[in-house]
Amino acid sequence: MRLELNPQQRAARDEFRAFVAAEIAPHAAQWDREEALPPAIVRRLAEKGYLGTIVPRELGGPGMDMITYGVLTEELGRGCSSVRSLLTVHDMVCQAIVRWGSRAQKESFLPRLVRGEILGAFALSEPNAGSDAKGVATTAEPDGAGYVITGRKRWITFAQIADLFLLFTQCEGKPTAFLLERDTPGLSIEPIRGLLGTRASMLGEMVIEGCRVPAGNLVGRIGFGVSHVVAAALEQGRYSVACGSVGIAQAALDASLAYSRERTQFDKPIFDHQLIRALLTDMIVQVRAARLLCYRAGWMRETGDPLAFAETMAAKYYASTVAAKVATDAVQIHGANGCSDAFPVERYFRDAKVMEIIEGSTQIQQMVMPRFEFPEL
Amino acid sequence: MDQTQLKIKEFLSRFFKSHDLQPDEDIFALGFVNSLLAMQLVAFVEKEFGVRVEDADLDLDNFRTINSIASLVARKQGAAA
Repeated sequence: MRLELNPQQRAARDEFRAFVAAEIAPHAAQWDREEALPPAIVRRLAEKGYLGTIVPRELGGPGMDMITYGVLTEELGRGCSSVRSLLTVHDMVCQAIVRWGSRAQKESFLPRLVRGEILGAFALSEPNAGSDAKGVATTAEPDGAGYVITGRKRWITFAQIADLFLLFTQCEGKPTAFLLERDTPGLSIEPIRGLLGTRASMLGEMVIEGCRVPAGNLVGRIGFGVSHVVAAALEQGRYSVACGSVGIAQAALDASLAYSRERTQFDKPIFDHQLIRALLTDMIVQVRAARLLCYRAGWMRETGDPLAFAETMAAKYYASTVAAKVATDAVQIHGANGCSDAFPVERYFRDAKVMEIIEGSTQIQQMVMPRFEFPEL
Repeated sequence: MDQTQLKIKEFLSRFFKSHDLQPDEDIFALGFVNSLLAMQLVAFVEKEFGVRVEDADLDLDNFRTINSIASLVARKQGAAA
């Protein structure tokens, strides 16, 4: 057993880190204030080949291994959680198509998603359906050679700029997934502003009024929208959010280590006060433990282990709670400065809280995780 | 039971340790299947038997019994050969 990155993965991490340091981290606070990512950074992500990296080579993607993908999302998350969010939802759509898309869907959409010519978004949540995915009220009615979709989706990350939505509906009374293109007549999108964290994620509310989609846009089969399509997309999303949470926690730790060496109280750096050291120690250990869980989940996903599903959930559960705890402690170490947007930790604090809610809340993971250990009903 | 059936039974037994699952017993009718099992079952079939479960295979009848899962595996292996 070797719990370390191989030389290629370390080289990739160095490349990601340099990109984030040069082109993302310096601007993250501004994007957060403006509640938007500029089109230029989305283009740069595409140029760097960071979109749709999980798409296998035989389907026109780079086929990045899961550990390297985890490192990519961690490093992006360290710089800007909204940029990491873009990758998360885009890759969830890619994963759903890779896993359950038809050949035509793979040929039509995946190359464009990989090149970043179109952006994907995951449209599950509704005003009255969040954790209860089977409770969505949006309907898809068979109509001639296709379906007519009507409903409303809320809290859809990057809905403001996405081109292709993986949309969940009730069809014949059963959970069913469709691909909905942005230019479909009947679709309108209203921006959602004033969010707590990941503020540049350009959320939107989708109003879907009789949108007609061809039968070929059905993903998987009728009735398998939650058990298989949502499950595949959310597993991808959970892994991405887990690794992104480690990124937030690492950024909060780095900021705290630096600040504690510079800040002097009682005639010595606060780093030399024992209670600050205790906080830093817990932060260091928790970040390492969360990263190890992510690596393990990544390895199990890479090797197709049937239990990867449970391991990914464990990684997301732990890493998101660690991000929230570490970011909270980072604000504490920074004191009044930590409450100011002149320092980045207040943004980490806000972003980390979101991690405990998206891609399955902490409480949903707590409901589900024990059942993996004792699965018989 | 042949090797394929035995491997499927061994995997499914994790989900109902107290029940001796028979080859033609409907696991949905027994109420054992939930969304946690669904994706794990797909991953198990793919990793254990070296086949790819595709969108067209998403039919409950393909996963209803040990025998139906074994038939799916045989068809996929035959198609790949």
